[in-house]
Amino acid sequence: MTATTATTANRGRKRPRVSIAGIHIALFVYTMVALGPVLLIVMNSLKSRRAIFDSPFAFPTSETFSLKGYETVFDRAAFEKYFLNSIVITVVTVAAVILFGAMAAHALAEYNFTGNTMMGLYLAVGVMIPIRLGTVSILKLMVKLGLVNTHLSLILVYTAMGLPLAVFILSQFFRQVPQSLKDAARIDGAGEYRIFWLAMPLIRPGLAAVGVFTMLPVWNDLWFPLILAPGESTKTVTLGAQVFLGQFVSDWPSVLAALTLAMIPILILYLIFSRQMLRGIMSGAIK
Amino acid sequence: MASITMTKLGKIYPDGTRAVGDVDLEIVDGEFLVLVGPSGCGKSTILRMIAGLEEISEGEMYIGETLVNDVQPKDRDIAMVFQNYALYPHMTVYDNMAFGLKLRKMDKADIDRRVKEAAAVLEITEFLDRKPKALSGGQRQRVAMGRAIVREPKAFLMDEPLSNLDAKLRVQMRTELSELHHRLKTTTVYVTHDQIEAMTLGHRVAVLKPVTAARPDNLSQVASPGELYSNPVNMFVAGFIGSPAMNMVNATLEQDATGLYAKFAGLRLLVDQVAIDRHPGLVERLGEQLVLGIRPGNFEAEAITGPAPDRTITATVTVAEMLGYETFVHFELEQPPVVTPDIEELLADTGADVSSLGDTTKFTARVTSDVPVSLGQELTVTVDTTKLHFFDPATGLRVGTAV
Repeated sequence: MTATTATTANRGRKRPRVSIAGIHIALFVYTMVALGPVLLIVMNSLKSRRAIFDSPFAFPTSETFSLKGYETVFDRAAFEKYFLNSIVITVVTVAAVILFGAMAAHALAEYNFTGNTMMGLYLAVGVMIPIRLGTVSILKLMVKLGLVNTHLSLILVYTAMGLPLAVFILSQFFRQVPQSLKDAARIDGAGEYRIFWLAMPLIRPGLAAVGVFTMLPVWNDLWFPLILAPGESTKTVTLGAQVFLGQFVSDWPSVLAALTLAMIPILILYLIFSRQMLRGIMSGAIK
Repeated sequence: MASITMTKLGKIYPDGTRAVGDVDLEIVDGEFLVLVGPSGCGKSTILRMIAGLEEISEGEMYIGETLVNDVQPKDRDIAMVFQNYALYPHMTVYDNMAFGLKLRKMDKADIDRRVKEAAAVLEITEFLDRKPKALSGGQRQRVAMGRAIVREPKAFLMDEPLSNLDAKLRVQMRTELSELHHRLKTTTVYVTHDQIEAMTLGHRVAVLKPVTAARPDNLSQVASPGELYSNPVNMFVAGFIGSPAMNMVNATLEQDATGLYAKFAGLRLLVDQVAIDRHPGLVERLGEQLVLGIRPGNFEAEAITGPAPDRTITATVTVAEMLGYETFVHFELEQPPVVTPDIEELLADTGADVSSLGDTTKFTARVTSDVPVSLGQELTVTVDTTKLHFFDPATGLRVGTAV
């Protein structure tokens, strides 16, 4: 008995070191797997076409270095325009999802009305059913509304796509806002809208999480831009990159350059949101 | 400033549970009234009904002359202090205090004056630019008080405002609250679980107990602290107010030529005429079983008082708690404990039940620490028999109280 306890204790003492190394190895491998393709894209976007095919895994050298892809991207296609389209659509969608999602979540968390639970469940169903199933009817609707080839069509669809999960996550966060805080505001003379805005800064980590969850699929989406807004004036970056992929010839340097460029804005947005998210997690952990 | 009047106030939750029933209470202008009781007694619910945060299911509530049953919290002109302070974490102390005034569109200069005045009174001027998270518990509590004061409301409502503070700070804040009320003279309703807070702060104290199917009303007694202590109307109030709690034992009365005696556990105590006068109709209940209550403070060691025939209890000391200036002596009487619904309710509040009482009656007596007391020692204590309390075990009421 004593011996067993001793070994367990010994193992207990040693285990952290082993497992920390193990965790780091696992994380390193995962990071490589996740970042490998990204690294390949960035690396090869800086090489000449020939070098890409000759030695795809080599870093660009002085001989193989070429900005041809980037030049083509800006010369041949209206890439600034595509960028702007993507940014407008993503930013407006994220803002709309956060605002309306938070409003709905606050109502669900704060008010006891008949059908509260049903409403929550109804929204949860939205999390489970992919919006792409409704593509045909969405397209028909957009045609009827005359919204095809507009930013608005994509923004509306993406907002609908992002809302269920946002409401689901945010209502949990709103439930954690102390009741007394809302009561205090009510007694201080705040209206219900005021109370909502008072609670918003308190759930910043939740808002940041929702921001990230909403932003990534919208930015990366190829499906809806292709169907609802394939026109030159509304093309998004992801769709725009496709012009270099031909049926017979693909302009790989340009495709890779376009994809590399497409990462930058989303990386910046992610950094902004994730800092908020981490701050929230940290403050919760220490307190 | 205003009075607060409740008539037949009741609260029933949508699921049918009753939290508050039949509360008739008038809080006069400028009064400091404390609502005290065990958890679940409805004290916070009543406070929230005054604030307008909880709907009133029955009865009427007046603030001043106005019926406020359907008035929104913001229009009731009251200020509330919460147990967890409820400060807005993203605002500075100044903004926290000014928030209510800003919402009421008050002039900026006036807001500034009021906030600075309140901050000076509460000695938090140096923290005005800080966020709540940079403050200690006591400082946060002051800010919460400040937020209430600047409003200059008709009444302050306080929901266990000191219970999150450590013991020492709590005593200090208690004194400050008293001083503050003396200075402002604003009607205050204060909810607490702590009977010492209730006794030290309240002009009057309302003792509440949980509603039961048998007794759908909460109010046990509303009286000054002194009155609650010396003349509790029932066993619940008697047991709840006072620390350590009142000793209770089943006793019967008998009369002989020398006077009226209370008999219990093979002992006899001569009931003083003062005590008889305080319990109208007591002499008519000879031979009946009653509950005799004696406060721990109404004992003294016989060594100090001198011989006092028919007024002493001799028992073996089971625990002696030395507090420096006095000693609490615990002993047991060979008699089954008193068990009534009131006693069960008091036990439930401490998380215990009847089985924890055992099969003896446990007594606590206060004696001066000049008398050395050791464990297992036989000690004779004298009882101040002018201060005996008699209750009817069936109703729980004090003998002589009209039902």
